[in-house]
Amino acid sequence: MQVYRHRLITRIWHWINAIAVLVMIPSGLMIFNAHPRLYWGNYGANFDHAWLKLPQWPGWLTLPSTYDLAGARHWHLAFALVLAFSLLVYLPWSLLNRHLQRDLRIRRAELAPTHLAEDLEAHWQLRFHDPADPKAYNIFQKASYAGVLFILLPLLIFTGLALAPGMWPWLADVFGGRQSARSLHFIAMALLSLFVVVHLTLVILAGPVNEVGSMITGWWKAPKDAEEAA
Amino acid sequence: MITRRGLIVSGGATLLAGCDAWSNSPILLNADEAHRYLQRSITGRAALAREFRPDQRSPRFRTNGTANPNTPEYNALAANGFADWRLQVGGMVQRPLSLSLAQLRSLPQRAQITRHDCVEGWSAIGKWQGPQLEQVLRLAGLRDGARYIVFHCADVFGQRKIPYYESIDLIDAFHPQTILAWSMNDTPLGVGHGAPLRLRVERQLGYKQAKYLMRIEAVASLDGIGRGKGGFWEDIAGYEWYAGI
Repeated sequence: MQVYRHRLITRIWHWINAIAVLVMIPSGLMIFNAHPRLYWGNYGANFDHAWLKLPQWPGWLTLPSTYDLAGARHWHLAFALVLAFSLLVYLPWSLLNRHLQRDLRIRRAELAPTHLAEDLEAHWQLRFHDPADPKAYNIFQKASYAGVLFILLPLLIFTGLALAPGMWPWLADVFGGRQSARSLHFIAMALLSLFVVVHLTLVILAGPVNEVGSMITGWWKAPKDAEEAA
Repeated sequence: MITRRGLIVSGGATLLAGCDAWSNSPILLNADEAHRYLQRSITGRAALAREFRPDQRSPRFRTNGTANPNTPEYNALAANGFADWRLQVGGMVQRPLSLSLAQLRSLPQRAQITRHDCVEGWSAIGKWQGPQLEQVLRLAGLRDGARYIVFHCADVFGQRKIPYYESIDLIDAFHPQTILAWSMNDTPLGVGHGAPLRLRVERQLGYKQAKYLMRIEAVASLDGIGRGKGGFWEDIAGYEWYAGI
């Protein structure tokens, strides 16, 4: 059973965003390598207390692969525009075409502990789809997609802007100072990286050809077990 | 499709290494212009950088870049407390100037406690005082056609001994917080922080805050100065000329 699951705007945004994230994280890690220490507050430098000190990220994780702060900034700042403006178009569009309300809205019943437990158990058994409505997102999908769309990506964008000395001065204050904004930028990046790893893992477990194919063509094949149950 | 995804995930290193060559492509570099345009459009040209209270200053303000120019000329100037040092103001100006430290101190002063943001990611907060650059430029009188202010410094950098310089456009040159600082945290600038005079252009990153100022030049174009990209790090490493982000 073929189901039309992802609209064109969703597919376009997904891939633009995927490319942007694939550039932003490695180039951001290279920028981090220039000063791999994180602080809270307005200021923070070598003589100040760092809440996190990390070794430099290896070259296979960074863009460029060798130490090149200027090059990494070129990548990061160029794709920042791609990331931010594509989200700026996608979110209101998805509100207007009712994608957000229809597919991502979390209903009270879904948050009931028994339902969460059932869904978790189904995940462990690699059953990801509700047989009655196979194309609907389950609660963990909804929560993680909504978390990325409404929390992580906006947080990354605004904490990133807060780092810019030429940006609105109040923006850094919103996050508790520029170095706090830098720490939050890093934490949001770490959470987004975690999302990417889990997302890719689940795509593979759910059947990569069908899943990736549906994000390209829009058409998704409902799994057999779901089909039979339906 | 599996192989493509496999490529992206497992062949990431190869992919990224292949991207290294594109790090200075014109498309990426144009983003710098886009950020400058967007920032100035949404924040306003005269928006002020955040100023802080005295108790919000960094306990210790680290030095960066050149810690001491240590050239014979600079050492001679430093030896008698910069009494013989003069700031030359020239280029496309009506009245070239040669200003002593005493003259700069007798101009109307601006003091500001601001955050210094290094391109590397760290920040330090300190108090800076000096005349606004605008005061000096008004004394000299810019000629028609001047579009940039170039700051020539006493320090020569790196193995190749290239003189440090920086440049800003007139929007930043006439910004109220753009000052020629001779004082830091209520004491005359130390050698590590750019004695006797440094630029503070508060809405840009640290490498724009040129230290050890010797000469200010008004120009119509940045071509022909250094390698033409408007500053030492811009020329040497490809940093953005507009460092507001």
